[in-house]
Amino acid sequence: MTEVISVRTLFFGIYGELSQYKSPGYLELPSESTVEDFLDEMRGAAGCDWLPERVVVAVNQRYAEMETLLNDGDEVALIPPVAGG
Amino acid sequence: MHEQGSLSEPELDVCTRITQDSLDGLGAFENLGTHEDGAVLIFQGRVRNTNDGRSVSSLSYEAYGEMAERELGAICGEASRRFEVGSIEANHRIGDLELGEVSVAIGISAPHRDTCYAASRWIIEEIKKRLPIWKHEHYQDGDSHWVGSPEVSKT
Repeated sequence: MTEVISVRTLFFGIYGELSQYKSPGYLELPSESTVEDFLDEMRGAAGCDWLPERVVVAVNQRYAEMETLLNDGDEVALIPPVAGG
Repeated sequence: MHEQGSLSEPELDVCTRITQDSLDGLGAFENLGTHEDGAVLIFQGRVRNTNDGRSVSSLSYEAYGEMAERELGAICGEASRRFEVGSIEANHRIGDLELGEVSVAIGISAPHRDTCYAASRWIIEEIKKRLPIWKHEHYQDGDSHWVGSPEVSKT
């Protein structure tokens, strides 16, 4: 039986506007899921098919790689191109 | 970040803020540095009335608050190790800003001017590269746009 983890999802900037999930929302994933799996799930079942091919993701407030493993309770943020300054 | 109890690492004098409060004026920089610093440089970024040929009426900045605090601290910590600066104070405004208001303010003190210029330039470029803050520009014609974001069409 596959264990399930739940991650908190955050959308900012244009992603917040386009998202049907007004943050904060949650997404359930199989355990051992990576950031890449998270994005696949987002684009598929979660209906965020507007996400561009390359998306920057932060896990628990740190920039993450596609291979980064997710844990139950993680905070996963979708980061559009930043524009501070 | 300096390690506690380490004698080899100098104490970092770094102060950063992500704030809704006005950054206009130079008050925050009055006590920057010590008598070892012969140079103080202050950079202010302000809301400009045009961008890409469009007339801007106002801006709003959205931040990933906790992460932005951490990243700004990390950028300035890194700057203090790269450059021989005395003190660094770097602040970024969020929320709604009018034309001419200060959006970002960076103050550097150092023994010599070259270090101030180099460190200040490095910090603003890193802010633009990695600080999780987004700029929503509002135009005179009533339109608005997330700066730097591609037009993404929702199907």
